[in-house]
Amino acid sequence: MSQRASIETRATRRAWWLAAPALIWTLAFFILPFGTMAVLSLWQRTDVGLEATWDLGNYANFLANPAYIQALTNSLEITVTVTILSVLLAYPLAWIIAEEIPERFRRLALALAVIPFWTSYVVRSYAWSLVLAKSGVLNDWLGAVGLGPLDLANSRAATVIGFTHFFTMLLTLSIYASLVQMPPNLRRAAADLGAGAFATFRLIVLPLTLPGVMVGAFLTFALCIGDYVTPQILGGGNDLALPQLIMLQIGRRADLPMAAALSIILMLAVTLAYLGMARWMKVVR
Amino acid sequence: MTRYLACALYMILLYGFIFLPVGVLVLFSFQDGRFPIPPFQGFSLRWHQEVLGDGDLMAALGNSLLVAVASSLVALTLGFLAARAFATARLPGVTALRGALMAPLSVSYLVIGLGLLASFNLMGLSKSLWTVAAGHVVINTPLCFAICAAALGEAQVSAERAARDLGAGEFRVMTLVTAPMILPALIAAFLLSVTFSWDEFIIAFLLSRFDVTLPVEIWSLLRSGLNPKTNAIGSLVFLVSALAILSFELTLARRK
Repeated sequence: MSQRASIETRATRRAWWLAAPALIWTLAFFILPFGTMAVLSLWQRTDVGLEATWDLGNYANFLANPAYIQALTNSLEITVTVTILSVLLAYPLAWIIAEEIPERFRRLALALAVIPFWTSYVVRSYAWSLVLAKSGVLNDWLGAVGLGPLDLANSRAATVIGFTHFFTMLLTLSIYASLVQMPPNLRRAAADLGAGAFATFRLIVLPLTLPGVMVGAFLTFALCIGDYVTPQILGGGNDLALPQLIMLQIGRRADLPMAAALSIILMLAVTLAYLGMARWMKVVR
Repeated sequence: MTRYLACALYMILLYGFIFLPVGVLVLFSFQDGRFPIPPFQGFSLRWHQEVLGDGDLMAALGNSLLVAVASSLVALTLGFLAARAFATARLPGVTALRGALMAPLSVSYLVIGLGLLASFNLMGLSKSLWTVAAGHVVINTPLCFAICAAALGEAQVSAERAARDLGAGEFRVMTLVTAPMILPALIAAFLLSVTFSWDEFIIAFLLSRFDVTLPVEIWSLLRSGLNPKTNAIGSLVFLVSALAILSFELTLARRK
């Protein structure tokens, strides 16, 4: 008994040594910086440098400035639009890949659907700006059928298109994963009991895949609302998103405390979305 | 039949949408003209040549590779060791510890980069490729940890126990028993990390100064507007990522 205990103690001690490097790294380069930022958001930028005022001045500034509130609203609107559009586009595609095409082509079809996912995101946004430019490919095609031209460069529509492209691929992957996990017997049973194709989908398939969809949608929300590159390249400088506003603080104004406060607000939005999803999942279960 | 046609049509439309920007990017990198927009004026390799002859771009490419490989090796080591710790012993507060290790995955890269920027500023540490690599280790360690943890199971634990009973020291157990047993997972985690670091922009942008990585250099190219040269370097970057992902897929496929 005592020997067994000592083996376990030794194993635990060894485990601590093994886990220590990763834990220390995470502490030093993630948790402490995050704390630094939280602290910094309570300071002020003054003419002489940073001053430790320990107040909520930056947050009050945020609430008092309509342009800042507008950036948050813009970000939320863009993110919600993108999330909904991406789910609506990705679900049928994932369904077709998982259910309709012959099994031996499935892996290939899925791999093809996500290859451009791996384009560098700076390059991907640039590529969309080529497509959507005033004399770009899209307007060239529209012109050929006697439509257009559409002026999409530097607009919110361009930002939404660029984001939707990326997240459609991400969601196709996550929805496909939940579709193939579904036991086929359930659908067969539903059909045996007289449910039509639509009823089977609504009563069996959709509820079973919804958790996967929700996780994908949350991931979309979190990644989309925090991205600076896509709105900066495709949306331009007029209709600012929150990350653009954050970058403006550290660029032109060198106001690190305000940037920190805005980042905390950004994280708050993501946390609320997460809590919403977690709560919804609990209700469903 | 209608159902079949509808599916085919939807697939064509969606694949078209998905491939449109990459197609346009690559096609117009061969543009024989000054602008990467229609009409396509003919096939030319001059923009690719210009990219290969551009000292700044090639230096940035070298920096990117260096940062990607170095940060991925560190992330893989940290992730692998931590995954072993969690697989072999019951640590107190295991859920909280695992949560802390996975936490960087849920935080926007912009926020991670800003936090590091603020901390390095306060510490008086100057920005360099080292600080970029430290940031990339932060974002890649959770991935490596998760992939290694998924690969470590009962089989590995009992093989380790057997090796230890036979007198192997901890280091030999790790390098001669555990690592070879989960080699495909290690390679996969490494390649995925390399891809993420290779593509990463915002952390590299915030934490670098004179020596920059490729996405940051491309970012500064964008200021000159639409240019086939940007298409050419973009296609090149895409090619590297695609190759890394292809090897990743093959590593995983061989495992089965």
